[in-house]
Amino acid sequence: MKKEKNGKSPSKRRSPSGILADFAICAICFVFMAMCIYPFYYVIIYSVSDPNQAAAGLLFTPKGFSLETFKSLFRLNDIPGAFLISVARSLIGTVLTLIGSSFFAYLVTNRKMIGRTAVYRIVIMTMYINAGLIPWYMTMKAYGLQNSFLLYVLPGFVTAYYVILIKTYMEQLPKELEESARMDGAGIFTVFSRIIMPLSKPIIATIAVYAVVGHWNSWTDNYFLVSDSKLQTLQMVLYNYLNQANRFQTMSSSSMDAAAAASMITPTSIKMCITVVVVVPIMCVYPFLQRYFVKGIMMGAVKG
Amino acid sequence: MAKASLPEKTGRKGKYNREGLRLLLLALPFVLFVVAFSYVPLFGWIYAFTDYRAGMTLFDCQFVVLKHFQAIWENRAEVIRVLRNTFALSFLGILGSPLPVIFAILINEIRSSKFRKLVQTFTTLPNFISWIVVFTLCFAMFSTDGMVNGLLRRFGMDPMVNPLGNADCAWIFQWGLATWKSLGWSAIIYIAAIAGIDSELYDAAHVDGANRLQTILNVTVPGLYSTYFVLLLLSISNILSNGFDQYFVFYNPLTAEKLEVLDYYVYKIGVLTNNYPQSIALGMFKTVVSVTLLFTANRLSKKLRGESIV
Repeated sequence: MKKEKNGKSPSKRRSPSGILADFAICAICFVFMAMCIYPFYYVIIYSVSDPNQAAAGLLFTPKGFSLETFKSLFRLNDIPGAFLISVARSLIGTVLTLIGSSFFAYLVTNRKMIGRTAVYRIVIMTMYINAGLIPWYMTMKAYGLQNSFLLYVLPGFVTAYYVILIKTYMEQLPKELEESARMDGAGIFTVFSRIIMPLSKPIIATIAVYAVVGHWNSWTDNYFLVSDSKLQTLQMVLYNYLNQANRFQTMSSSSMDAAAAASMITPTSIKMCITVVVVVPIMCVYPFLQRYFVKGIMMGAVKG
Repeated sequence: MAKASLPEKTGRKGKYNREGLRLLLLALPFVLFVVAFSYVPLFGWIYAFTDYRAGMTLFDCQFVVLKHFQAIWENRAEVIRVLRNTFALSFLGILGSPLPVIFAILINEIRSSKFRKLVQTFTTLPNFISWIVVFTLCFAMFSTDGMVNGLLRRFGMDPMVNPLGNADCAWIFQWGLATWKSLGWSAIIYIAAIAGIDSELYDAAHVDGANRLQTILNVTVPGLYSTYFVLLLLSISNILSNGFDQYFVFYNPLTAEKLEVLDYYVYKIGVLTNNYPQSIALGMFKTVVSVTLLFTANRLSKKLRGESIV
């Protein structure tokens, strides 16, 4: 939110009941905020605690200190690999989405296009029609996208919701710049990359953020169609470990100093540590990106 | 719009058309792409009328017309249970839909802008993690050796809290999780709407001597009606979609009875029992109902507010 507007701020005169109301409001918000953060905090302090002491119960402070579980996690080859896959899909997928959705959005802002309404509607309708799980599965398989990295990044190339947001934004840009560039003989691609894209930076940034987070969090495509162990995403690896943390314990004890592993690592500590690996990247970038999220939802709201 | 006047004035109709055609040709690859990824799968619906099994091609299949729809009907005890869960969870969601409005108003009433920002930042965080992560967080909090039970044990209480495996509170628990995840985020749209309310209305209320509660009830709340209405209609048209991720992740034999929703059931029939045609038939039903509801809602909105929602 920007600066307080005069009209909207509660009156400055404070009666006892007003103070009480303020206190109640802050208390409610504080409690909900605590409920939102505490689970993250708990997982983090658990992950750096000594696993055996942590099992006895934690509340606000870590007990003992041990990074043993993290160390052994990263000694396994599937975690660093999955981390790279998730990063790669987030970056490549986002770049593709941005190129496809913004160029298409730019094209449909031009009223001269023949069949413009139909073209736009065909794309927007994809938000509402959903063939279902099995038809999707069969089609992707038929395209040869099973066990392929392309499955992660390709389907998002033109995303209807992003197209709406970008188009709405581009439509309110001043037309004069574009027109004078066209007069000077600049082609569509030049106008798009030199004039439209730089002017659309705010919405592009917002959508980049949406897309990165969306890719980082998605796993169903991986679950249904990618079984290749080299292409697993971090989310999927986390899910697998959740269901079979015990397997990890035996695996790690065979690959390392068995006695040390068995005493230092518990199934719960493994789960907590992988969760931290999955969540911390989002938590680190999140405070910086939050304003873009908010901007995006507000632009969406304007469109309705 | 004024800018369209240029080509007409010079009367170069030919150039206008060439340009339009060129734009269409440029857009065509994108349209084809969308067709390939979103419309081609619709042809899969045809398998709902065949006896398809994995490995066959369409030409090997025999058409059985309504066999799979009949099978669903014969299986109706199970299907009704699934629909009951789906509706129960959707209705809980709709009942909870005023919560983001209330939360937005509360946030807006916070006097300290720093605290307000802090609350907004942290309460939107859960929206940006996957359901898998929500599940681990839940596990950390509520499992038998999780935080809550550890705390209860410390106070000498019987540590028997296990909402993850308790069918009696499964609906309300899943609803609580969904609310926890989305409340802060959903509130943002209402905060934006509050910021858009004409501040003269607030000044007028102030001049008229309205107190804080009266101002909220008579100025803020009416200002949020239309946003609320649109979102309510959208959630009604999404009544059959509870989302797959949440129920897949939280599914376990203890709560299956209460948590098997349509999205999960489509997966179960298709992937776990390998009955493609029946799964496709269920998916078709879901999409057709959802689209119909959406367009009905849209027409309703046009009639009542003179504005469409899609």
